[in-house]
Amino acid sequence: MAVRETLTPATEAEACAMVAEARAAGRTLAIAGAGSKSAVGRPVTADASITSTGLSGIVEYNPEELVIVARAGTPLSEIDAALAANNQALMFEPADWSRLLGSNAGQTIGGIAATNMSGPRRLIAGAARDSLLGVRFVNGRGEAIKNGGRVMKNVTGLDLVKLMAGSWGTLGLITETAFKVLPRAETETTLVIDGADEAEAARLMAAAMGTSAEVSGAAHLPAAISGAVLGDAFAGHGATLLRLEGFAEAIAERTARLKPQLATRREIVELDGAASRKAWAAIRDVRPFADGGDSPVWRISVPPMAGHTVAGQILDAAGGHAFFDWQGGLVWLRLDGNDARPEIVRGALAGHAGSHALLVRAAADIRTRTEVFHPEPAAVAALTERIRASIDPDSVFNSGRRAFNSGRDAA
Amino acid sequence: MQEIAFLEPDPAIMARRGEIVAGLSGLVSADGLVTDPRELVPFETDAFTAYRRVPLAVVLPATTEEVAAVLKYCAAQGVPVVPRGAGTSLAGGAIPQEDAVVIGVSRMTRVIEVDYENRTATVQAGVTNLSISDRVAADGFFYAPDPSSQLACTIAGNIAMNSGGAHCLKYGVTTNNLLGAKLVLMDGTIIELGGKALDAPGLDLLGLLCGSEGQIGIITEATVRLLAKPEGARPVLFGFDSSEVAGACVSEIIGSGIIPVAIEFMDKPAIEICEAFAKAGYPLDVEALLIIEVEGSEAEMDAMLARIIAIAKKHGVKSVKESQSATQAATIWKGRKSAFGATGRIADYICMDGTVPLGQLSHVLRETYAIIERHGLRVANVFHAGDGNMHPLILYNVNDPDEAQKAEAAGADILKLCVDAGGCLTGEHGVGVEKRDLMLHQFTETDLNQQMAVRAAFDPQWMLNPSKVFPLDLDMRKAS
Repeated sequence: MAVRETLTPATEAEACAMVAEARAAGRTLAIAGAGSKSAVGRPVTADASITSTGLSGIVEYNPEELVIVARAGTPLSEIDAALAANNQALMFEPADWSRLLGSNAGQTIGGIAATNMSGPRRLIAGAARDSLLGVRFVNGRGEAIKNGGRVMKNVTGLDLVKLMAGSWGTLGLITETAFKVLPRAETETTLVIDGADEAEAARLMAAAMGTSAEVSGAAHLPAAISGAVLGDAFAGHGATLLRLEGFAEAIAERTARLKPQLATRREIVELDGAASRKAWAAIRDVRPFADGGDSPVWRISVPPMAGHTVAGQILDAAGGHAFFDWQGGLVWLRLDGNDARPEIVRGALAGHAGSHALLVRAAADIRTRTEVFHPEPAAVAALTERIRASIDPDSVFNSGRRAFNSGRDAA
Repeated sequence: MQEIAFLEPDPAIMARRGEIVAGLSGLVSADGLVTDPRELVPFETDAFTAYRRVPLAVVLPATTEEVAAVLKYCAAQGVPVVPRGAGTSLAGGAIPQEDAVVIGVSRMTRVIEVDYENRTATVQAGVTNLSISDRVAADGFFYAPDPSSQLACTIAGNIAMNSGGAHCLKYGVTTNNLLGAKLVLMDGTIIELGGKALDAPGLDLLGLLCGSEGQIGIITEATVRLLAKPEGARPVLFGFDSSEVAGACVSEIIGSGIIPVAIEFMDKPAIEICEAFAKAGYPLDVEALLIIEVEGSEAEMDAMLARIIAIAKKHGVKSVKESQSATQAATIWKGRKSAFGATGRIADYICMDGTVPLGQLSHVLRETYAIIERHGLRVANVFHAGDGNMHPLILYNVNDPDEAQKAEAAGADILKLCVDAGGCLTGEHGVGVEKRDLMLHQFTETDLNQQMAVRAAFDPQWMLNPSKVFPLDLDMRKAS
């Protein structure tokens, strides 16, 4: 059953009433922001969709307090602009998958929270969930719930903020977010080590992260990928990128300190300011695989040192390409052909506790028959389902998307 | 203000004590079970010493499996359980009740694995916070959260209370530094969450676990993030003529784009108390002191300090004193971290823990002094100015019931002030029993019912740490 109607509440109270009404009528709702990631997960089969786009605007932002409170439907571009005007930024560097997914939609701040979108700096600054200080949301009973707040240290009550971050609309409709922000780095430089293969790159990145140089991004682009990010000069060479950010005085000094500690004879090229920013934006937004097609793209989270072996194992069996962010702990993998091959991808993760693979892109028919979100052990899945039911007892939200193997596959 | 209420112990459970002890004795080794009344005394309270309850028995399991067996037994017998780390809670989070079994993690102290390439340490949950950093220090690494009690407090307790410390502005709190955990649910189910990967799959149960105050499970193992130590660190003392000027200086430093690794604030009473104890070289002729710490190489620290000093001068800073050696730096921090202990030498105190938005620091300080004066008490203020986490220490005499009541009333007024200023009741100590009855000042009943419903997904019978965090009348309605 396709979604027939879109509800666009203009206030939180209106959203509560709409959810309560749907619940009473036994109707299901698909939760959306601007819809840039609606192609992730199984196709949703709700009676109607409810979107936060009508709940828009920055509610409170005093730069010296390092916090921005905004209604969930506020475009990310508006948040970014307000922060940039005060030389601040969201530290987790939210990624933009719209090109990867062939979408023209922008992103909302609520969507960023609900999908826990993070970028390269996640390696040292945490994910969206680490910067998310507070939320307001509408649960499946149609009640407005406040959790967390707008201060950095807060242990008052159970932390439902974390639960909402990355819940992909399966728990409730986020109506307001409070994010921690920090001063934007004054300048940045990226060291590109030329020619390392995946295994050598893993060692180089681990060495860099083990120094006091405060590397804020560590990525590796194999030879077939590097040209798409760094241009012709690197095409055909493996490129290992290490980013340094901070005061101008500090960067030069840290660069000089870091280089000898890498203990490599390979050539090291420095990308300054604009070139560095451009490269990391391409890595963040998965630009090498934003090819306009719908061949399967997996996002795999593993212990950093396992990234290259896991990717190697999958590519040997299934064919395709991979590149690495988060020191190797985030593997982006595009398979040749249309089949998503979940058994091969997830089979390669055995033995790496906590690792998981999300099928970010695939044709709709493939997504319909694939476990898009990573299957969980039975005890955790049972717990997840009890938690979900405690927030949305009548399964009003996002039936069919089947996030998290929660046993509520209504489709 | 009324005395904090505890649940009435269940006489039926108390009457079966012998039988329950016998049942427990088969589940752990003899040295893992404490039943002698004299030996139970050390477990009757935590660092919130105004309240004491001797538990039915204390179990100190050696393994996750033993924890699971004990929980399963208690669940079957209908016996409540109070989890315990090192008992350093300032909010009464580990205070037992007469009909409950305390399960402590103090015998689970093994470091299971240190992995420098992935920068993780996997430990049994009874290891102390500081011992992790001590273990990896020689290799150039550390574990970032550093609560003042770090010498004694356990990782299990840190996770349960989502502990912070002085360096949160840069490094975050426990929830930002935890990658994986093994926990046992009330029914004995063992759950593993996360691992060495940066993101865990599914709902963020690790995030939910942090700060859950022992109400969703008992943590037996943890995988934490290690960080490479900075090249160097230098705390600098800045003395001011008034608290407000110091507060304004903090705002401008942060607003200018500088994020020091720590900004600590002390007012005159706190300076005097800490200096008398630690001989840290704090200036005694100022009304307010900031300890600002910068990190990096010598050149980086010089550059950052130059910018900070320029701002401080604009605010008329009275004295600036840089630490000249590692020993001096350690003494400066010793003074700060011993603030609670040193205060305890001169008076009884209760320590508040509200957090406020950074722009509200001056207002909240001013109102705090007004509240204290209204109640005819004294206060020493020492807090994490960089993250807005206030710690007014309200001084009183525990043997004077009238003064004790005044102190609790003043504390409640201060916490309400923090909430009304846009902040929260507790930044890092937790709700425990201490702030339980103030929760409805920060949350609506609907908010709390939702939190309790999520909690009940883990412990439907409300057996784990039952009289904590949520107002008792809400609890009971939930249970009925």
